[in-house]
Amino acid sequence: MSQGQSGVASPVHGSLGSAPAGLTPSAATPSKAGGPNISQARLANGLDIVVIPDHRAPVITHMVWYRNGSADDPLGKSGIAHFLEHLMFKGTRNHKQGEFSELIADFGGQENAFTSNDYTAYFQRVAREHLRVCMEYEADRMKNLVLSDEVVAPEREVVMEERRMRTDSDPSDLLNEAVQAALYTHHPYGKPIIGWSHEIESLDRQDALAYYDRFYTPENAILVVAGDVEADEVLALATEVYGGIATHGAPPRRSRPREPEPRAHRVVKMVDEKVEQPTHQGVFLVPSYKTAAPGEAEALEVLGHLLGAGPTSLLFKTLVVKDKVAVAAGAYYQGTAVDQTRFYVYGIPAPGISLEDIDAAIDAVVAKVSAEGVSEADLNRAKTRLVAEATYAQDNQSTLARWYGSSLSVGLTLEDIAQWPSRIEAVSAEDVKKATRWLAKHRGVTGFLLPAERSGEHSLAVETEAETV
Amino acid sequence: MTALATAETPSRSASVQKVVSKGGIEAWLVEDYAVPLVALECAFQGGAAQDPVGKPGAMTLFAGLLDEGAGSLDAAAFHQALDEDAIELSFSADRDVTTGRMQTLARNVPRAFELLRLAVNEARLDAEPFERVTGQMMASLKREANDPDYAAGRTFRALSYPGHPYGLPVRGDLTSLPSLTRGDLVETGRRVLARDGLKIAVVGAIDAVSLGTYLDDVFGALPAKGDRLVIPDVVFSGEGRRQVVDLDIPQSNIRFGRQGIARKDDDFIAASVVNHILGGGIFSARLFREVREKRGLAYSVYSQLVTFDHAAMMSGGTSTKNERVVESLDVIQEQIRDLAEAGPTEEELDKARKYLIGSYALRFDTSTKIAAHLVHLQTEGFDVDYLDARNKLIAGVTMEDAKRVAKRLFGDGSLLVVIAGRPENL
Repeated sequence: MSQGQSGVASPVHGSLGSAPAGLTPSAATPSKAGGPNISQARLANGLDIVVIPDHRAPVITHMVWYRNGSADDPLGKSGIAHFLEHLMFKGTRNHKQGEFSELIADFGGQENAFTSNDYTAYFQRVAREHLRVCMEYEADRMKNLVLSDEVVAPEREVVMEERRMRTDSDPSDLLNEAVQAALYTHHPYGKPIIGWSHEIESLDRQDALAYYDRFYTPENAILVVAGDVEADEVLALATEVYGGIATHGAPPRRSRPREPEPRAHRVVKMVDEKVEQPTHQGVFLVPSYKTAAPGEAEALEVLGHLLGAGPTSLLFKTLVVKDKVAVAAGAYYQGTAVDQTRFYVYGIPAPGISLEDIDAAIDAVVAKVSAEGVSEADLNRAKTRLVAEATYAQDNQSTLARWYGSSLSVGLTLEDIAQWPSRIEAVSAEDVKKATRWLAKHRGVTGFLLPAERSGEHSLAVETEAETV
Repeated sequence: MTALATAETPSRSASVQKVVSKGGIEAWLVEDYAVPLVALECAFQGGAAQDPVGKPGAMTLFAGLLDEGAGSLDAAAFHQALDEDAIELSFSADRDVTTGRMQTLARNVPRAFELLRLAVNEARLDAEPFERVTGQMMASLKREANDPDYAAGRTFRALSYPGHPYGLPVRGDLTSLPSLTRGDLVETGRRVLARDGLKIAVVGAIDAVSLGTYLDDVFGALPAKGDRLVIPDVVFSGEGRRQVVDLDIPQSNIRFGRQGIARKDDDFIAASVVNHILGGGIFSARLFREVREKRGLAYSVYSQLVTFDHAAMMSGGTSTKNERVVESLDVIQEQIRDLAEAGPTEEELDKARKYLIGSYALRFDTSTKIAAHLVHLQTEGFDVDYLDARNKLIAGVTMEDAKRVAKRLFGDGSLLVVIAGRPENL
């Protein structure tokens, strides 16, 4: 029952991954040759099915993904996608609260759920012989959820505690919330997944049920089964168990306003007495794998890797090793999203260096790539490393299930995933150079996390600079 | 009872080969070609508890520098070499062990072992990465300084084992880190990087004969015996004490704990069953049900058994708004007292055994998890047959055992409690 940021590979059991490093194909992509033998099918009621066989251990990962997340929360009801995800554990017409969880525990299984910007997913990890039972309970709560005020009220308190724990006690998370809200002036990716406190407090049973009726339908869902199973066996079981759920006619529509073209660079500062280490983060509005022109997302992926993935990256080598102005620096592209998405850069200053200096140093590295491009050697190393992720992902059935589920949930296809390594291989040095245009200052927000003693500013200030295009 | 264990895979131990190299280095190998990868984990006996006196953080820094330049390769060249062949390599220090982890594509196995050999035998500890990694560690500590979870954890640890290495921070502190010298690291490394107490597991696309050769290449030249300090056994202290760490936040982070039961104690298995009933990681554990599900007091609440080579504790934690700290602690305390006095119900015991037995399979579904578990078993002193014995031991825990061990584990229920936040009416 965790909330995840868009594309986060959340660790199992209720914890939230801190960096949105992603279920983009980049984080995990099986190669075409020698990769897992993936199958896809669709039931008559619209339920999509993906099967990822892995016979090394007698266990399976059973997941149901719904193509709705926090960005689909109705206006004034932020947090409802995540709140409903919690309430999905509260029992159905056929099974009382906790019955499913008790059963999974008796199997020695793991279960949880997570909510992101674009999707909500539920999973169980169990021995292979329990697949059918998982399907039965999951199918049951797709149509038969029962909610009473008695279970809704304490669960709302749980979500408030979750928010206090993750966000309200953590200045860096509060800053991130403000940065996202500044980046998205109109599109709902700017709203926190968990919701704003004052709106969570007002969510009730009716809100949850209305949301459930709209989105929890077979044509809005994707079943992903990975592990020690064969496709025909899964399809037969799914037809029997999920096939009985009546179709709602058409999948629900995601209706989200489009973010206007950004014109002004924004600076967001969070000043808090609990901060002892200043940090810098920058975020830019960029195309996602779903919205990008052919090759553009892949170029951003390679750019992110070259700029900021680990100790061989340009930002690390320049800011940390050569100039010693930062103790850490990096960048990454969050490519898996329905709408225009985010490219992050960050730096942690060395003692005595200001955040403005870090910002200028990062700008200079980006400007250099923009003017001079990258070397073939660096490019090839980045591509080797990215494509190798495909093979590494095959070692983990949960990673594969999450990656396929998230990709399909945002509207990508199996073909997109299969072709990803060759598309990465096709990225040229010129493509990478051109992709830096998305990192123009006016496309982004710079966030500064500062200790209180440094200034007497308001605890949260948003400045819009006049530097426009 | 034994019927519980029959739904298991035939034999896990049968899949493990014990490989002994010509030079006498042993590794546990699971040979599997389904995915073209090889994962290795190695654990050297001795971790942060071996830090020189007054120098906490030395072993962590040393481990962090092993992949920062070795042999003829400086840090940049070493990272580039790893990157070119997409090899994963890292080292980290725990209390009692220092661990290396390597993962590689099968086609790059020779290069991966070569880089591992360099890191283990010829780390350069150059000034540039020394200063850089120290700076990173300092920045991490500053970032965590007022994080409630870390703040509670730091105080809890210091009060649990005052005057003992286990009470000191594994990653050092803002005073100790700047005082560390290259000499300190060389000394710390000498204590730990040795063949005695070295445990290795390898999983993936590699055969026993090739592995044997690589084992000698990588580990054969290490000293036969580490120059380790003797760490005394220590008992948990602070039970009955409540300590507040003042932080201006809306929610308090609570840690609680008391003396636990050692891994080699005959009661350990029963204790892990009892702990699972109290606060194991499932939605039906007592603490989850009472604290979260019924009362909405917290998002997260858990308890666990922690064992070190020279100590054992039972500990747990939760986070709740400042106004409800007292209520949350009362609920936790009541559940602990009730388990100590009345023991679990038959149903709870039955379900806990089932969960612990069934869940073992989930530790064996990726090669890195398998390698980590096989090393863990070796450092705890078990042989391969434990892989099959483990579930039978759990199935054999009787109600009599559970009641007796619950009494022993929870005693009078007194706890060391550390609260970071602004708890009300405490």
